[in-house]
Amino acid sequence: MDINIAAQLNSFLAAFVLLTAFGMLVQRRMYGLVHLFAWQGLFLSVNTAVVGFVAGKHHLYISSLLTLTLKVILLPYILHVLIRRLKVHKEVEVVVNIPMTMLIGIALVIFSYYLMSPVTQLSTLVTRSTLAVALATVMIGLLMMITRKHAVTQIIGFLAMENGLFFAATSATYGMPLVVELGVAIDVLIAAFIFGIFFFHIHTTFDSLDVDQMERLKED
Amino acid sequence: MNIYKFTIECLQVTIVLETAPAFTLSLELPIASTADVIVLVALFAIARFFTALAGMDIGTAFGGMGSSREMTIASLAEPAMLMAIFTVSLASKSTSLSQMVHVIYSGHSILRPSLAFALFAFILIALAETGRIPVDNPATHLELTMIHEAMILEYSGRHLALIEWANMMKLFLFVMLGAAAFAPWGIAETGDPGAISMAFLFMMMKLSIVGAVLVLIETGLAKMRIFRLTEFLGSAFLLATLGMLSFFILE
Amino acid sequence: MTFTPIEIISSAVLLLFLTILIAPLLRGRQRLLINASFTMASAASLLGLIGGVWVVAGGLTSRIILPVGLPDLPFHLRVDPLAGFFITVISLLSFFVSLYSIGYVKGYIGRRPVTSLAVFYCLFLSGMLMVVLADDALFFLISWEVMAAASYFLVMFEDERIENRRAALLYLVVAHVGAIAILLSFGIMAGLTTGFESFSGYTFDAMRQAEVPLKWSTAAFLLALFGFAAKAGVVPLHVWLPEAHPVAPSNVSALMSGVMLKTAIYGIVRVSFDLLGTFPWWCGAIVLILGLISAVMGVLYALMQHDLKRLLAYHSVENIGIILIGIGLSMVFVSFNMPLLAALGLIAGLYHTMNHAVFKGLLFMGAGAVLHATNERNMEEMGGLIHRMPWTAALFLIGCVSISALPPFNGFVSEWLTFQAFLLSPALPSPLLKLLIPMGAALLALTGALAAACFVKAFGVTFLGQWRGHNMPRVHEADWFMRFGMILGALSCLLLGILPALFIDWMDIIPQQLIGTKTGASSGAYGWLWLTPVARERASYSGMIVFGGILLVVVAAYIILHVKPGTIRRVPVWDCGFGKLNPRMQYNATSFSMPIRRIFGFLFNIRERVQLTPRAIHKAFPKRLYYYLRVRDRFWSWLYKPIVEFSLFLSRYAGRLQQGRIQAYLIYSFITIIVLLVFSR
Repeated sequence: MDINIAAQLNSFLAAFVLLTAFGMLVQRRMYGLVHLFAWQGLFLSVNTAVVGFVAGKHHLYISSLLTLTLKVILLPYILHVLIRRLKVHKEVEVVVNIPMTMLIGIALVIFSYYLMSPVTQLSTLVTRSTLAVALATVMIGLLMMITRKHAVTQIIGFLAMENGLFFAATSATYGMPLVVELGVAIDVLIAAFIFGIFFFHIHTTFDSLDVDQMERLKED
Repeated sequence: MNIYKFTIECLQVTIVLETAPAFTLSLELPIASTADVIVLVALFAIARFFTALAGMDIGTAFGGMGSSREMTIASLAEPAMLMAIFTVSLASKSTSLSQMVHVIYSGHSILRPSLAFALFAFILIALAETGRIPVDNPATHLELTMIHEAMILEYSGRHLALIEWANMMKLFLFVMLGAAAFAPWGIAETGDPGAISMAFLFMMMKLSIVGAVLVLIETGLAKMRIFRLTEFLGSAFLLATLGMLSFFILE
Repeated sequence: MTFTPIEIISSAVLLLFLTILIAPLLRGRQRLLINASFTMASAASLLGLIGGVWVVAGGLTSRIILPVGLPDLPFHLRVDPLAGFFITVISLLSFFVSLYSIGYVKGYIGRRPVTSLAVFYCLFLSGMLMVVLADDALFFLISWEVMAAASYFLVMFEDERIENRRAALLYLVVAHVGAIAILLSFGIMAGLTTGFESFSGYTFDAMRQAEVPLKWSTAAFLLALFGFAAKAGVVPLHVWLPEAHPVAPSNVSALMSGVMLKTAIYGIVRVSFDLLGTFPWWCGAIVLILGLISAVMGVLYALMQHDLKRLLAYHSVENIGIILIGIGLSMVFVSFNMPLLAALGLIAGLYHTMNHAVFKGLLFMGAGAVLHATNERNMEEMGGLIHRMPWTAALFLIGCVSISALPPFNGFVSEWLTFQAFLLSPALPSPLLKLLIPMGAALLALTGALAAACFVKAFGVTFLGQWRGHNMPRVHEADWFMRFGMILGALSCLLLGILPALFIDWMDIIPQQLIGTKTGASSGAYGWLWLTPVARERASYSGMIVFGGILLVVVAAYIILHVKPGTIRRVPVWDCGFGKLNPRMQYNATSFSMPIRRIFGFLFNIRERVQLTPRAIHKAFPKRLYYYLRVRDRFWSWLYKPIVEFSLFLSRYAGRLQQGRIQAYLIYSFITIIVLLVFSR
């Protein structure tokens, strides 16, 4: 595999990461959301391996495997279980209507390209052009947390943001040191567990996972 | 009741589309520079315009309903279509179909995210424009779900045959347009009869593949509510735009 | 004896003035008055047309200085290709409309005297020609006012209705707010040429040569843009347009929509490309954005209308938007120093200017013929007119196809050129513009498709189906003068559509003079058949061949359908088996636009109410159904209401100055004099 094809593969995967991010933004069904998240993890993992190959950094293979187990298998499984136990697989309520959300998402992509274009010109890495995509993925994750009301979708948005950050790290500097990545991975895992436990509690207290219910906690 | 007077005239224009298939077979036809892709899209639009008028002419609630819905869907599909064209024309630096095909055919890179996005967008648009499931059901006569059928509800005999033929031609042309722009393999690069007949064989092959895919789509999906279509066509626009953006960002 | 083109054009203006003088003398014989004055107006238009075409074809520039006006401030007249182009556009449409008027205005005989209509019509025409001829700020503004005032009286022509008076007042106010901005803009430019020392900077020549600092030139540009945008009906300054245009007599509506708005386009092009020459890139971006907003909002508002003339008026907003898109793109390209693309954008904008004049004129003439025949502007009451008015219907249909940007007619050509200019925008160096400008192309595509939807509605509801009203009036076909005006319009739509290369080659001198490059869009390289902006590999279009193909197919289909005569049977409609159809059950204008109203509803101020009067048996079978829908312009409550309220508030305060005692007023004057003396010491 020569470096040119690898670079093309990299940008192709970047495009798919962005696509899955948009997919999550507009997906109404809970299971569909989880599946999209798993796909994004898969693209990310393959991309990490490709970058590892291009850069000749072998620890990236490990983080690729880590991504695969954690974000493609483990976390989606946990979310699946959560959704089934809590019986929340209905359609997701959205705050802003979907075409509008799409347009905001497109604007965010343009904005991050605008932000990143000076950086891109300075960098010499093969993967530099995907930086804008990574930033856009982070922003779209945040946008998803804003536009959704349901707690489970918010955690997925959060995880998508983390995916974006991971992607940024791979494309900007060929990945973080392995120790940091391991730490982040474990943090994410623990966060997911804690979220899960909290959801059970929230669900038993409010009988719903709609975050609008949180407004009731406010003292008058 | 003498209310069908106008339609006969306007129907004839609906088969204007016949002029276009020549484009998709060969690169070297002298007529190829008559019209670029934008003109082709406008030719579809003129056919739609007159079919919608035909729907208005019958003076029933159904005809108008069909026309109104058809024009709404078309106007939502149009920006997405243009964005898809824009994306492909970025890669080929041209809107002329033969030039586009030429560039993509001889292109070095296969993995172009922009073209992949444009293809996805094009598929969604083609489903909407040709009135297939999940946008419209070509087989229905159920009052509330008809779009295209509602427009032509009152036509029969030769007129109906003509309209149905035009509609099938539209489907055929969309398939050929997609095949030419995104999968140009086997297209004749010269105008000699041998190359053309080879191209014809390839065309049949591509058509049967697309036909099989269409069957899968139509059996696997249900028709959407009409106001969900904004999301469907919004996604098409999103995909086409992402294609354009990824051309600038990633290529 | 030889003539220069400027003499021909000036004699056209003089002929119009002569008509104004003659018309009141004939007021006792109305029929003769109409025949004479509108014939003279069309003769004058023909003269103007000859002059304009000649100027552009020869690339000539000539000037006259008239020794009238204020002392030491004579009037300067000048034609160059840009002016010649606009004179051509104005004269072309006014020729058609003047012929049409001979028939149309006769409809008023017996109802009201038309002397004032004839007089102000000619004054209006001459005002528009003078605006384009003017070569100094003073004459320009005087002509501008003549044009505005004449059109005000034309809008007021049927002044017994309150809505007409209201519309005319609104129009006058907006026109003058705009005129003030234009005056200020000229003031800045004229002042800076001489350093605010003398008045000699008021000629356009002086402004052209002056080196204006960028800050000031930007200010001048923005003021001029505001002023001209108010005249052109650019969103958000468009509210007067859909009020004023429909209530004027239809021949005047045709001129107002078709060409009066174009004088504002002329002003924008003249000020930005010619007088200023340099401007920052975001000026172009502002024009582009205003154009896009006007295009989309204009067509969406048009879709909501059920008054035929109002619908057409909103389409003028849309088309002005499309023209501004071309000009805005051109300005952006100019400021990034890409002359070829700038020329393409400018040509696209100007070609659309011409096209819009022709097809909008045609459509308003058609609407006028319908109004003439049925006395009805509300589409909800119409239907099936194609059987009674086949000529009008066919010609109106050509207008509809043209404005919907469908080949082979002219609207498509200019929209196609605009798309090509859009598709070349990735050559821009700025990353942000590169990504954002294509979005504009998508909006333009949306506009085109919505316009098609709107004209399916306009034509379908008006001419197709069956009469919706309760009793059908005695509808008659338009007379031959009206028909002839419309036929000429339709013919030019077709010619401009199938021979664009010829016309663009003719007007290619304009970008040559303003930007410095020809588009090379046309004939030279590949012959008159092909329109090839930039390069043949890039894109090409042959209207002629497309037209031929369509014609061939239509003929073939006709033969197939009618191969055996008498085999086509007409039977009552089936309608899925529902037998008791009546004409009131047809889809009408409101129901046609319902899906679009629902999708884009957030842009409007919609109030919808449904009331059912239940019947005794069950509430599912209502006895009566009452449906109320009101769609309003959001801009009215967003922008205009606050301004009106604020100015009322201010005037209440200012009203306290009014004491009614003469001493108080003397004190005011006294204080003013003292203050002035202190300042000018």
